[in-house]
Amino acid sequence: MYAQMVKSEGMKSPEEMTPEERAFQERVDRGEKIEPKEWMPEGYRKTLIRQMGQHAHSEIVGQLPEGNWITRAPTLERKAILLAKVQDEAGHGLYLYSAAETLGVSRDELMEKLHSGAMKYSSIFNYPTLTWADMGAVGWLVDGAAIMNQVPLQRTSYGPYSRAMIRICKEESFHQRQGYAIMMKMAQGTPEQKEMAQDALNRFWYPSLMMFGPSDKDSVHSAQSMAWKIKMNTNDELRQKFVDETVPQATYLGLTVPDETLTWNEERGHYDFAEPDWDEFFEVIKGNGPCNEERLGARREAWDKGAWFRDGLTAYAEKAAARRAASNVAAE
Amino acid sequence: MTKKEWPLWEIFIRGQHGLNHRHVGSLHAPDAEMAIKNARDVYTRRKEGVSIWVVPSAAITASSPSEKGPLFDPAESKVYRHPTFFDIPDEVGHM
Ligand SMILES: [Fe+2]
Ligand SMILES: [Fe+2]
Repeated sequence: MYAQMVKSEGMKSPEEMTPEERAFQERVDRGEKIEPKEWMPEGYRKTLIRQMGQHAHSEIVGQLPEGNWITRAPTLERKAILLAKVQDEAGHGLYLYSAAETLGVSRDELMEKLHSGAMKYSSIFNYPTLTWADMGAVGWLVDGAAIMNQVPLQRTSYGPYSRAMIRICKEESFHQRQGYAIMMKMAQGTPEQKEMAQDALNRFWYPSLMMFGPSDKDSVHSAQSMAWKIKMNTNDELRQKFVDETVPQATYLGLTVPDETLTWNEERGHYDFAEPDWDEFFEVIKGNGPCNEERLGARREAWDKGAWFRDGLTAYAEKAAARRAASNVAAE
Repeated sequence: MTKKEWPLWEIFIRGQHGLNHRHVGSLHAPDAEMAIKNARDVYTRRKEGVSIWVVPSAAITASSPSEKGPLFDPAESKVYRHPTFFDIPDEVGHM
């Protein structure tokens, strides 16, 4: 998902737990929210920082593939909509960074870890956006996949994370619908436009399926995270749900999901579908996707070139505070 | 590299006239004025508010989770603080 393969600490049985850990687990089981200053296992804190950090980075880096089309949107209205959507993603990043900071990590530390490659962001944003139809496919599929994961996370055990998710989910539906609206327009357009829509679906289908992370049998960190309620469903559960919901939407558009094996399984009540190429996924995660360098490069450049501005505002704030203090003294 | 990290601010928004300001989250800004400008962009993109307060996070003193018992449990036994504690005969009418 926006957080893929987040490492979590080893799982303990109730007998192995300290009394504190057991009491903590019982609170989580009862559905109580854990708040920043309360006692929590060190592994819970660390795993959450990794997960929320990765999630925040994904929101921020996720602005880049869509930002690519803001200046080239086909109409002024489309441009305003896309701009609003990308601005929302900046907001999502900020909500999540703030939530992560309540666990004692600083914003600059998180930024530094993104830029050095020590922390990851979602693999999906390492794919290029080649045509306007990609804006449709990203909103429909990528935001659609994100919603699958974010809706259950509203019930996560960590209070600040849960509240950030609630805020994000309120905004996310606009993202998916504006994407689908672009797809509808193009699928009903000229043959060339329909072809562009089909091409966008072809390129984004498997990378979207990868967003949920590796198959459950290869997903080593799930059990502990699920016990702590910082992961609410398994990767395969969410992937299946996504396929089941998305296939009829593709059919409505008159587009074909690029999977010849895709069939409705009456017995299971779900679609059978082909797994994405996991070798490709691991390559992208390792940094060898089509746009990894470009994306990280853009982030680093923005950060470095903005340094003088951040410092300038700090200097201004300090001078203004000093002036206020001086005039207070003079007035006394 | 930036020399100093911008301080953290807690953001409170009044959703509608007549309601209390409510804590909605936090953000970094160099000073109060910029914190308000950023809060407007981060927390009110869909007309979620009519007024913003910003408070330096460092200025907030919070009760500690371990004090929860001593602070809040005593109220539990004081049920007479609720109007439903008292039985008023129906003949008296609405009270
Ligand atoms: Fe988002
Ligand atoms: Fe989104």
